[in-house]
Amino acid sequence: MRKLLIVGATSTIAEHTARRFAADGDALFLVGRNDTRLAAIAEDLRVRGAAQVATHVMDADDLSAHGPMLDAAEAELGGLDTVLVAYGTLPDQTACQADPSAAVAAWHTNAVSVVALLTDVANRFERRGGGLIAAISSVAGDRGRASNYVYGSAKAGLNAFLDGLRHRLFARGVQVLSIRPGMVDTPMTADFDKGPLFAQPDKVAGDIHKAICRRRAVLYTPGFWRLIMTVITCLPRAVFHRSKL
Amino acid sequence: MAGHDYRSWGRYPAATPAEVHRPVTREHAIAGRASSMLAYGNGRSYGDSCLNHDGTLLAMRSLDRFIAFDPASGLLECEAGVLLGDILALVIPQGWFLPVTPGTQFVSVGGAIANDVHGKNHHRAGTFGRHVRSLELCRSDGSHLVCTPDDNADWFAATVGGLGLTGAITRASIALRRIQGAFMDVESRRFGHLDDFFALSAESNDDYEYTVAWVDCTARGTRLGRGWFMRANHRPALGQSPDPGRRSGPTFPFVTPVSMINRFTLKPLNTLYYYRSIKNRSRTNQHYQPFFYPLDGIAHWNRAYGPRGFVQYQCVVPHDDGRAAITELLDRIAAANAGSFLSVLKIFGDVPSPGMLSFPRPGVTLALDFPNPGPRTFALLDALDQVVMAAGGAVYPAKDARMSAAAFDRYFPDWRAFCAYVDPAFNSDFWRRVTDHDTDPNQDRPT
Ligand SMILES: Cc1cc2nc3c(=O)[nH]c(=O)nc-3n(C[C@H](O)[C@H](O)[C@H](O)COP(=O)(O)OP(=O)(O)OC[C@H]3O[C@@H](n4cnc5c(N)ncnc54)[C@H](O)[C@@H]3O)c2cc1C
Repeated sequence: MRKLLIVGATSTIAEHTARRFAADGDALFLVGRNDTRLAAIAEDLRVRGAAQVATHVMDADDLSAHGPMLDAAEAELGGLDTVLVAYGTLPDQTACQADPSAAVAAWHTNAVSVVALLTDVANRFERRGGGLIAAISSVAGDRGRASNYVYGSAKAGLNAFLDGLRHRLFARGVQVLSIRPGMVDTPMTADFDKGPLFAQPDKVAGDIHKAICRRRAVLYTPGFWRLIMTVITCLPRAVFHRSKL
Repeated sequence: MAGHDYRSWGRYPAATPAEVHRPVTREHAIAGRASSMLAYGNGRSYGDSCLNHDGTLLAMRSLDRFIAFDPASGLLECEAGVLLGDILALVIPQGWFLPVTPGTQFVSVGGAIANDVHGKNHHRAGTFGRHVRSLELCRSDGSHLVCTPDDNADWFAATVGGLGLTGAITRASIALRRIQGAFMDVESRRFGHLDDFFALSAESNDDYEYTVAWVDCTARGTRLGRGWFMRANHRPALGQSPDPGRRSGPTFPFVTPVSMINRFTLKPLNTLYYYRSIKNRSRTNQHYQPFFYPLDGIAHWNRAYGPRGFVQYQCVVPHDDGRAAITELLDRIAAANAGSFLSVLKIFGDVPSPGMLSFPRPGVTLALDFPNPGPRTFALLDALDQVVMAAGGAVYPAKDARMSAAAFDRYFPDWRAFCAYVDPAFNSDFWRRVTDHDTDPNQDRPT
């Protein structure tokens, strides 16, 4: 039985992922900003077979709330062995270009707060000599592109941070998973036209569940994104600059 | 993989919503929407009862959470967007089954209630709505009404079978049925004529929980109504139930340029099916999925009907004249060289439906598809309507895309009383059509 903490548990991908772990009979600690939504998700996960579900309200942007939240999770579940960071915002690129504070806010949520949170988690897992840290990043972090480089660069920072964390904690038996989904059909992308590249959250959740169970290091989901991003990162700059990506 | 297109299963008629709202919580199911809304479940209705052209669709699938399940009593409470298949996946390992299930498991709880769906056990269990213990109705005035057969009973009766017009159903509790395993004891028998169907149905009524017949709608004369009769019961547990491998079947990859079911393939396909086995009778131990959901194994099979889509016709005629009416219907369909690969016949029992506008009623029901909706098909279906009306029967709104306002009025005389329960901000393409008594129903049809 896993003792799993999910931060950003009301996100659609997180909710679908949590269902997989609930069906496995795991114990779950759900963190999000909205109490009623957390409560509805917790009910559902109990019916689906979770051994235990507790909820906790926190705004991840408030860095001082992280420590107490982790203490509460450990107390509630009697320890922790898996942490999934699933929150994030998709900022409006045009707004971020016009307003430095919008760009910084996007960075704060998508990178700075995750760095703060995972530094604390990493230290706890290092002390106990085991555990698994997973964070939802994005394929957008693989190469900065005009259409969403503020978001993408925050995720790129996160990816490098996760790589380093994995390197550091390897010797202590702590696994670090960087999850890179492409476009997913969720409320976050509600205003987008859904082309054939959009994946359903349940498919992405299945991939995440599998990658966590198999202790993988990097997950592209759906898998075809690995190929797409390889092509995009390899495009010579002269060609890339003429493209509209 | 692609984002959702909000169509109906028959892919006819076309309709585009002006806006799609995907509620995240039950509390905000219809938040802030003011006019012409309609809840959309999983789009497994064939015609236009789940469509709202130029209006708002409330895409209820996002409310897909379980709320409570008591494995001792079998009472399940969930949000309205949960699919019947998700319920089965959860409860079968715990020894429970749906009390009533239609021929596909990709139907939402809200959709099952709004059409008060029936299954192969109608003669025993009645409709889905019989087993709904309570439901929550979210209205455009902001109220959330909890309805049970006893509390707000009139709203309950209006909402069960209410075609999504009384408001959005956000949650429901359903009394499940005990089973011991995932397998069915299924007997199939070939029969040569419609009369044999009636005889087999009568004979199976008491001993079999599930009965249904596939008929060859191309056969006439002494072979009219020939087909296969299937009857089944749940098996007592025998060992472990293997993983059914749900949703892992093939996908029909694209919309074929013309319907693969057409006047050239119709007769050979039906004949082939009738002679599929050299034995007249077989008894098998079958997993519940192929028994209940023979078509779910091929995702998007509706694409085989080509870009023009198809219409389905399902009617019920009362017992007394049922035989004569079904004979006439089958005869007309065969004479027109129209109809589907496999048509379905089933006896509805006399367990009353709880809904004001529910379709099932005691009698014989016939269901079949018609590819490529066009003037010939519509003329034939209008002729079938005359037969059904004369027999005092009804046509199923969930499968309909073309019945006239006058026909609807004959089939569902309670609709005027039902209007008192229609939410003023809700409407559907179906409802506009069948309540519009001023226009000629033929004018919008393809020519
Ligand atoms: C292969 C196949 C086999 C079938 N077999 C049968 C059968 O054996 N018996 C049978 O009875 N039917 C059968 N059907 C029809 C199907 O069961 C019904 O059309 C069912 O209602 C579809 O449910 P849905 O969730 O897809 O809803 P939709 O088709 O999306 O909507 C159906 C109706 O429900 C309303 N609705 C949906 N959700 C809500 C909600 N939350 N609140 C209020 N209203 C709501 C809609 O407004 C609409 O009026 C079959 C369909 C297919 C494709």
